[in-house]
Amino acid sequence: MVTIKTQLVGTWTLIKKELIRFWRVAFQTVASPVITGMLYLVVFSHVLQDRLEVYAGVSYTSFLIPGLIMMSLLQNAFANSSSSLIQSKVMGNIVFILLSPLSYIQFFIAFIVGAVVRGLFVGLSIYLLAIIFIDLPIKHPWIVFWFALFGGGLLGAFGIIAGIWADRFDQMAAFGNFVIMPLSFLSGVFYSIHSLPSIWQSISQLNPFFYMIDGFRYGFFGQSDVSPYLSLLIVFLFFVTLSFAAIQMLKSGFKLRT
Amino acid sequence: MKTAISYKNVKKIYGDLNAVDGISIDINQGEFFGLLGPNGAGKSTMINMLAGLTKPSAGNISVMGFDVQKHYQEARHAVGIVPQELVFDPFFNVREMLRFQAGYFGKGRENDSWVDEIIERLDLTDKASTNMRMLSGGMKRRALIAQALVHKPPVIVLDEPTAGVDVELRQKLWAFIKDLNKDGHTIVLTTHYLEEAEELCNSVAMLRAGKVVAMDTTKNLLRKFSTKNLKLRLNFKGEKKLPINIEHIPHQIAEDFYTFQLKKITDITEITEGLKQSKIEIIDIQTVDTDLEDVFLKLTNAKK
Repeated sequence: MVTIKTQLVGTWTLIKKELIRFWRVAFQTVASPVITGMLYLVVFSHVLQDRLEVYAGVSYTSFLIPGLIMMSLLQNAFANSSSSLIQSKVMGNIVFILLSPLSYIQFFIAFIVGAVVRGLFVGLSIYLLAIIFIDLPIKHPWIVFWFALFGGGLLGAFGIIAGIWADRFDQMAAFGNFVIMPLSFLSGVFYSIHSLPSIWQSISQLNPFFYMIDGFRYGFFGQSDVSPYLSLLIVFLFFVTLSFAAIQMLKSGFKLRT
Repeated sequence: MKTAISYKNVKKIYGDLNAVDGISIDINQGEFFGLLGPNGAGKSTMINMLAGLTKPSAGNISVMGFDVQKHYQEARHAVGIVPQELVFDPFFNVREMLRFQAGYFGKGRENDSWVDEIIERLDLTDKASTNMRMLSGGMKRRALIAQALVHKPPVIVLDEPTAGVDVELRQKLWAFIKDLNKDGHTIVLTTHYLEEAEELCNSVAMLRAGKVVAMDTTKNLLRKFSTKNLKLRLNFKGEKKLPINIEHIPHQIAEDFYTFQLKKITDITEITEGLKQSKIEIIDIQTVDTDLEDVFLKLTNAKK
């Protein structure tokens, strides 16, 4: 009755549903963040290109692109799992998943995969558009890949936590506006933390987004503010911690099963 | 006969409220079982606990022998639940939604022919490619029933399935559910419409304030509580007063209608003779049998 095959089919079906869900509204979920990312790029590079050189031999525009890619990837990974959950809860159709034999692990995997794929899709789209105008070779592709993967997974797990916790859309929006946006804007997307006063450098190092951006950027230039391996370890530990919390919430049925 | 669903001393407590208060019910395989009761009686809580949407505060529930907590995956494979609310996923059309639901139960492409069959049997063929948002309430209800059937569960639970559904669709739905029951599916139904339960269910449990006030086969319940009533419309030539020789027979008066509760069939002769002697004319005459609603009212009033 319950076999490995039924478990695999069940997990794949939920992954497929999550992917089709965001693809059906790709203008909102993919095109819109790509356009926003490109606008940041145009505006900031136009204003600061000739005034700043953060790393030796790297133009400001080149410096900016990996940060923008990662920021968009993270924001969209979060948006995917959180919005899917809050919409399903508000509409009531979460019941279809809750009535099924899918386990909390299957639930978690499907939502994380959905989040990572959307994040990667948005990030890759920004990269492909950007390299039409700017030469941006990737020095360490595997470093880029692991940061993208764990960064997307981390924000996907955070999105699951937020989506389960929030009861209304305004609570969900508060998560985005008061947690995700400030953390991503203050993570060194637009600058190196070495250009900040020492107190702000220390504060920035408490921000997990900083390590995701900095390590991801290392993959492009081979230069970073802190060791990319330390960053990868921190990102991985955050991913494991948030995943554990999300899995515990799903397992206990917190705000899903009364 | 084997048990399809078993509730053993099940309780659900929300703060000070005992929504379900120590209920034990066994429902046999192949039965058409009705869970009846007023709002707040605990019917939906019973269903939600069976579905795993609500966790019992105490007791055990099993479906086809699988505990809904310990062996939840097997238990959920064995049951298809039609929720009370008209919920739907606005991103998908009917066929997509059914295929996804089948997939959650581990059914792949090989199940597509069954999906097409239930689409056809529920008259959804024309709407199979229509987005769920665009369906009428009745169509959404059919799609929900189809969703509960996609994984071919032996037990089907319908929580108020005909609430807000027009008469024609209601008849069609019941014909379909009856066929499923004939095919061997165990059906559990909660409803406010007692005449529906009387017509469809072999057995019923009547709930009030989280407790079972009566549980038996529908026939037995009606027999146990059955009374024959004689309803007469009378024309009094003079004072509106029943003759002394029949006044002792329990009766109710509503305008010109006098409803006598008959203990034995000879009561009819006694009543008609008494009226004749007093020159009271019988304008209309009918006999009224007890229905499930009467039983329900008697039981719930008695327990108040």
